[in-house]
Amino acid sequence: MDDILAEFIAETRETLEALSGELVAWENDPADRERLDAMFRFVHTVKGSCGFLNLDRLERLSHAAEDALAQVRDGARPADRALVSAVLAIVDRIAELAEALDTGEAVHGSDDHLIAAVRADGGAIDPPAETQAHAQRGAARSIRISLDLLDRMMAGVSDLVLARNDLSRRLQDADLGIAVEGAFERLSLCVADMRDTITRTRMQRIEKLFASIPRLVRDLSAELGKPVDLGVEGGDVELDREMIELIRDPLTHIIRNALDHGIEAPEERARAGKAAQGRLRVTARQSGNQIIIEVSDDGRGIDPERLVARAVADGIISSDRAERLPHEARLALVFEPGLSTASTITALSGRGVGMDVVRANIERIGGVVDIASVMGRGVTLSLRMPLTLSIIPALVIGTGGHQFAIPRAAIREIVRENNAALAIERLAGTVIARLREERIPVVSLEAMLGVEPLPQSMPRSLVILNPAGGALYALSVAELHDHQELVIRPACPTIMAAGVYAGMTLPDTGLPMLLLDPAGIADMAGIAAAAGVDAVAAPAVVEEDGVSTLLFRDLDGAERGVRLSVIERIEDVAGDQIRFGAGRLRLAVEGRIIPLVGFDSLTDRAMVNVLRLNDGAVELAYAIEEVIDIVRLPNHVVQARNQGIVAGVALFEGRQIELLDPHWLFADAVGSIPAGGERPLCLFGDRDDAWTREVLRPLVEAAGYRVAFDGEASPDEAHIVIAGENSGAGATVPEGRLLRLRSDIAARDADPFSVYRYDRAGLMTALQAGRARREG
Amino acid sequence: MRDVKGELMRTLYLIAELDGQRIALDAAHIDSVVHVAHVTPVPLAPRHLLGLAALRSRVITVIDCRAALALDPVAAEAAVRTAVVIDVDGHQYGLVVDRVEDVREISAVPSPVRARLGAGWNRAAQGMIDDGDSSLLLLDPVRLIAGAPQAEAA
Repeated sequence: MDDILAEFIAETRETLEALSGELVAWENDPADRERLDAMFRFVHTVKGSCGFLNLDRLERLSHAAEDALAQVRDGARPADRALVSAVLAIVDRIAELAEALDTGEAVHGSDDHLIAAVRADGGAIDPPAETQAHAQRGAARSIRISLDLLDRMMAGVSDLVLARNDLSRRLQDADLGIAVEGAFERLSLCVADMRDTITRTRMQRIEKLFASIPRLVRDLSAELGKPVDLGVEGGDVELDREMIELIRDPLTHIIRNALDHGIEAPEERARAGKAAQGRLRVTARQSGNQIIIEVSDDGRGIDPERLVARAVADGIISSDRAERLPHEARLALVFEPGLSTASTITALSGRGVGMDVVRANIERIGGVVDIASVMGRGVTLSLRMPLTLSIIPALVIGTGGHQFAIPRAAIREIVRENNAALAIERLAGTVIARLREERIPVVSLEAMLGVEPLPQSMPRSLVILNPAGGALYALSVAELHDHQELVIRPACPTIMAAGVYAGMTLPDTGLPMLLLDPAGIADMAGIAAAAGVDAVAAPAVVEEDGVSTLLFRDLDGAERGVRLSVIERIEDVAGDQIRFGAGRLRLAVEGRIIPLVGFDSLTDRAMVNVLRLNDGAVELAYAIEEVIDIVRLPNHVVQARNQGIVAGVALFEGRQIELLDPHWLFADAVGSIPAGGERPLCLFGDRDDAWTREVLRPLVEAAGYRVAFDGEASPDEAHIVIAGENSGAGATVPEGRLLRLRSDIAARDADPFSVYRYDRAGLMTALQAGRARREG
Repeated sequence: MRDVKGELMRTLYLIAELDGQRIALDAAHIDSVVHVAHVTPVPLAPRHLLGLAALRSRVITVIDCRAALALDPVAAEAAVRTAVVIDVDGHQYGLVVDRVEDVREISAVPSPVRARLGAGWNRAAQGMIDDGDSSLLLLDPVRLIAGAPQAEAA
């Protein structure tokens, strides 16, 4: 309601401003029909809005004026000076009242004389004093700007950025000395600041979009007879307003599908043991310079087998290819155009018509749609979108003498062709890259664009692209240049018709560049979206209990490994993205700064291969020399003596591999390695026992304790005291804090608080309990 | 500058030369005439689309009018080309012509082309304008931009 009121006030104010000139002109020539009409429209609009908003006073005024003007329009009354004055008095009062609504102040005085004045019978107007008192109006803290103007402002700033870039390039060539550079730096800062500000003016809270969801869900829920519990989160996330409009339809479609086909009828839910009320969650969050909108339901999920069967029946994929599709690729079939038209699929799959359109719409604005589904548990659709339409982070690549930009959002990772983890196979004219456990079709950019490849000194690179759920492929390019934030403009229709470009831009070089459209290239190259990824058949003998580990050569030459599960991706970054600042190495990437770990200063290198690690909350980069392989390492790891970057050493094919400690890395990244004093204290009874010192101590330390030996700290300070069977220590320790280690596995009965010295689980439980006591 | 009320229709035209032929373009949509030095080629684009060029901080799409008219295309090595910058549907194009002669008002109504023109010319011609002692061929920029159908261009 407040919004509507604010809208009304703003609109009234705006119209009044526009009318102010008319008012005077009308006063001079009351017979002017055009002005009369304008006046009539204004009071009419005000009357309409007031009725709706319950603003009696304004309604009475505007009604009286409207009546009078209607009579003039019908010719029943002459437009004399008295009438004009009376109407103008009312318009003034309307303006006052509207301002007062905004500031919350009252406008005193009766309106009766104004209304009487405008009535047909006329009557003298006594101008009341307060009408003239245009006292300090509440300072408007917001103004309305037409979207067109805003767009022009944005375009202007984009031009400014480009002009700055152009200037930057020329300055580099000219070398004008430090004073000019300083001035230019200031200018650059202003431009950047302005771009941010203008970008923000275009931002709107996604609330605007989410506001319509409850109504939509309520209506659908009633129509379908499916009670739904709706949860909407993240309405405060901001998104480019144009973007909001563009995702409105796809989002509506997704929600409609979720209710229509995902969430089951109450009886079916009861049979499945679910609550009668279906759950639908719509959330938005910002992650880096992407906005992620997720719609999840707890419905029946999508049956990938049936989807595949349907796709095979419809001739979208061949059955032998379908056989090899991994789960995600099977689900991604739901986005296939041919498939979704079959109405039967709705009932079969739990998802329906038009998902191809949803995907196309999201991709058109540079976004990506992902789908996840668990049979019987529901479906989650994630839309990942850039923050703004016009400025996107991109990777610049070069090939055959041309340079192109690729939107970062679509890049999964980048590997060099000489990477040891990569094998390139040629199969009947096509090229397949085998990377880790995937087979990825390779598209050569030169062949694709029909340009001549140039002789090559450096190894080529594969840019692995994932433009939409499942359409994974690798674009083989000659050179990688750098990451840039590019102002993208649509290219002309003739260029767009080529099907492989998403837009054009003018980077710092001053030479126009085209932005490639990863999805278009996939189409052009004949890579079927869902059939893109063929999992390599799992090896017949799987080593049991191994941990998937990435082996790499570190910058200091050592061979190290890290658990594959914490690696988000592997990529090349330019050396100048890395800086030593604020006490550590940091990597600027995708508009953010993330901590970087590396055994070298790195900044003098042109290209650095980094592992991007992510534990879900913390991101960091780890610089490496090269990837060696992905292997399964045995669980048996020799623990490091001290806590640090290396957790321990494992044996692989006779070689000792140091394993990174991801926990330590992430803790270091957030700068919260627990300081010594904060950690709980474990007191050992036997200082002289080598086993305690060398075997037990690292384990205890790894569990987050600091260690003291008998005599170094009093048992009262200790959170746990560990003593051997024959140790005298701990005699005074309260029960529950003492842990006795025994060497006889079976002797528990003798002392219920003892643990067998190689009972790792028992030890860990006791240590855990010690911590819990401390925290509690 | 356009359509002065009450008088004979006077329209501002840009007069240029293409392959020895004098042509006219309606100046209403013409932004400027520029010299284009560097053109970024666009692989997979039709032949008459030379590529992209920077115009101040904007990017224009450069159209080879000769190719669009199915004439011999401009020499690839031409260092600097003269382009007429025109705005069509929010996109800026640079129409490369051999030479720009003049911009002036002509008070003649274009008349239909009665002679049989070459296929390319025929497609792009809107009419003929009588300019004193000679005739100008009025070309439609939209058709120039659309270019020759692929079959003919190939």
